[in-house]
Amino acid sequence: MSSATTKARDQQLDRRNFLRVTASAAGGLLVSLYLGSPSAAQEGGPPNPQPKNYPPDAFVNIRPDGHVVIQVNRLEFGQGVHTALPMILADELDADWSQVVAELAPAGEVYKDPVFGIQMVGGSGSIAHSFQQYRELGAKTRAMLVAAAAKRWNVAPEQCRTQESVVRGPGGQSAKYAELATEAARQPVPANVRLKNPADFRLVGKNMRRLDSRPKCDGSLKFGLDLDLPGMKVAMVAHPPVFGAKVKGFDDKAARELEGVREVFEIPVTRGGTGVAIVADKFWTAKRARDLLKIEWDFNGVERADTTRLREQYTQLARTAGLKSIARGDAKALDAVAASNRIVAEYEFPYLPHAPMEPLNTTVRFDGDRAEAWAGSQFQTFDQMAIAEVLGLKPDRVTFHTEMAGGGFGRRAVTDSHVQREAAQIAKRMRGTPVKLIWSREDDIRGGYYRPMHVHRVEVGIGADGMPAAWRHVIVGQSLLVGTPFAMMMKDGVDNSSVEGVSDTHYNIANFNVSVHHPNVNVPVLWWRSVGHTHSAYVMETLIDELAARAKMDPIAYRRKLLKPEAKKLHAALSLLEAKSAAWRRKLPKGHAAGISCHESFGTGVACAVDVSIENKRPKIHRVTVAVDCGLAVNPLTVESQFQAGVAFGLSQLMAKGAITFKDGLVEQRNFDGYVPPYMPDAPVAVDVHIVPSAEAPSGCGEPPVPVISPAVVNALSRLTGKRYRSLPLVAL
Amino acid sequence: MAKYQLNINGQRKEVTVDPSTPLLWVLREDLKMTGTKYGCGVSACGACTVHVGGVATRSCMLPVALVGERPVVTIEAMSEDPVGRVVQDAWVEKDVVQCGYCQSGQIMTAVALLKHTSKPTDDNIEESMGGNICRCATYVRIRAAIKVAAGKLK
Repeated sequence: MSSATTKARDQQLDRRNFLRVTASAAGGLLVSLYLGSPSAAQEGGPPNPQPKNYPPDAFVNIRPDGHVVIQVNRLEFGQGVHTALPMILADELDADWSQVVAELAPAGEVYKDPVFGIQMVGGSGSIAHSFQQYRELGAKTRAMLVAAAAKRWNVAPEQCRTQESVVRGPGGQSAKYAELATEAARQPVPANVRLKNPADFRLVGKNMRRLDSRPKCDGSLKFGLDLDLPGMKVAMVAHPPVFGAKVKGFDDKAARELEGVREVFEIPVTRGGTGVAIVADKFWTAKRARDLLKIEWDFNGVERADTTRLREQYTQLARTAGLKSIARGDAKALDAVAASNRIVAEYEFPYLPHAPMEPLNTTVRFDGDRAEAWAGSQFQTFDQMAIAEVLGLKPDRVTFHTEMAGGGFGRRAVTDSHVQREAAQIAKRMRGTPVKLIWSREDDIRGGYYRPMHVHRVEVGIGADGMPAAWRHVIVGQSLLVGTPFAMMMKDGVDNSSVEGVSDTHYNIANFNVSVHHPNVNVPVLWWRSVGHTHSAYVMETLIDELAARAKMDPIAYRRKLLKPEAKKLHAALSLLEAKSAAWRRKLPKGHAAGISCHESFGTGVACAVDVSIENKRPKIHRVTVAVDCGLAVNPLTVESQFQAGVAFGLSQLMAKGAITFKDGLVEQRNFDGYVPPYMPDAPVAVDVHIVPSAEAPSGCGEPPVPVISPAVVNALSRLTGKRYRSLPLVAL
Repeated sequence: MAKYQLNINGQRKEVTVDPSTPLLWVLREDLKMTGTKYGCGVSACGACTVHVGGVATRSCMLPVALVGERPVVTIEAMSEDPVGRVVQDAWVEKDVVQCGYCQSGQIMTAVALLKHTSKPTDDNIEESMGGNICRCATYVRIRAAIKVAAGKLK
């Protein structure tokens, strides 16, 4: 934040408009948005009649030196919004891109996601939800600069043109945006503004390199874990080995003898458990001190999860009907199909850790009547509230800085903010001292909040035409939403995040029945990049492939025949995939096979083809061709990057050691030796990404790469081995 | 606690730390050089890779007491390094990074590879880079950037 921006935030400003312009103290132009109900803002509609009491915040700051500082209203953790959102605003503003600076906005009312109503990253909504918002911000700012120039030159605004941060008048006049800033600040904010014709976009739709590339390549970019504040201490927590267990007693004598250990004390942790916090001058001291603690745990009344037992329990449950998700057509149609024309398939999926490269961390300083926090957060609103609650403050007394994060994949979007609560508990005790809580990799791998384990049982009755005539599907898995603020989204006990990708399938299956069981298990669970689609797409796309093989039909043709005509994005993606992959699929070397899959998630249709062989008893992925319909691709270079890398991330599911297992309540993995994500040799050698040309509104690209890859790879493996792969991780071929 | 004289990026640095402290944490906390990252602490991910005596080395398990006279080179010196600069430029040209957290280690590993093998094959690249985790899994572009850098270095 520039000092001018911060200063303006503290000022009491007129609240009659959604956008407010001010001359910054330094003479620049500051455009703030506040009190925004998105629908009203999009219509340029009436101001909010009941303004809430919070300070306005700036989205755009045109500095006297010409820099255009744009606030990004959500976390950057790889997905590229730190470049794409400024592109959208700068395009409508006609700003000089070389002068654009992006900043991650702190927690603030105005930075809430216009659709979700909280400040967050999730649901692949960054661009989809803020595209219109950032266009309007840019267009309105431009209109005020033009109005100021028109007034100065005594011409009509319509006679002025803008380009590269300069306004040009009809008589050859020109003025840089920075020169017009003070006068622009006196112009009324336009209620309505004409947005660009997409044909006139100069940035949107172009391949733009990331703004954060260089500092991420020279080590200068500061992530949350790199934060260094004067007088800062480092904290670690010894967590209970079983979720919810409590400290019965502990001996910290040896730990306290280490030079640099400041405090050792008990704190509450997730699921009603307690742990022991160590505060030290430095990380290595804190870690050594933690290793020296002797803690006796109280496991009384704490359920000890065991994945072997859970698997048996889930498999049994899957043989009974669960809570109804969808029941379409004739419930008895399946029983009318001869046994020889039925497939019964049972699938198993393990718990999965997100394991973002930057270990979890949060820094908090508590000053009695206010606090300051720093975290790479996908859920700023919840995390700020949680810290405030622990410290007995109102949320607006907690200044919450959004730090660049080293990955997340859902792990930094936790409704109970358990990491921030731990950090706040420690800061409360260490009043006045900034304390950085660091979770080690072991803490992360063993710390819960996994993609839940699931079992699917599917019975398919095949019609005379080779198409599925009846489909009965039972899913067993913990709900992600139960006990969270999102529980209200559940309908009749069904958590849609367990059945998405199945119940809302775009395949045209007349007699279709899906039900779900949500067992309670003492393992905290969380959304993992693409959420329910991680397992639902695997089940659907391997079964559809199996059906296509039985029908002796081409897998792309079979899918297109079965897909509803209104599944336009999937049809478009499959059509493009066919065009881009047919040639190489026809000329595969001996020992290679092609695998196909397609899936729509988060509004984006994706189809992919893979070229796979078996090397050292593992799948070797030589090539992936992806076709994607994501509406208008704001930054095609980022869309390509998300798909090239996202499919490799998705292969986490197939890794031989790609699972979290429990034995007697204890996590059996510790670090990247026990839980092994894909390394370069496990990833595809080449990925070519093809984007369906589209003028439709943009849809998400963060999560949609993940669901398609695993089924495509095992569909290819099935062609090579004749086996079906229904249990993940893929331990043996 | 003991006093150590280290040669970091050509400069002499003195630190007083516990002898068991890994070089990683000396760099990050005592010398405030945070470009080198903590990812796993068990030499499994490569985010902490630096060059020690010219060899790509995991700094998270190298106790400072064992560094000795060997020169240590970190990501912070790569902009001034003839190979390092070319590799960084290639990374930017190919728009490799996503979250970027592992990329210091990836670049340090790639620079070590290119200093020994100026024209690496795909197999050379997989062998050298095969121990570094990129959780975003930007491997296709890492591979492409190494080839771009190799092309410029010949």
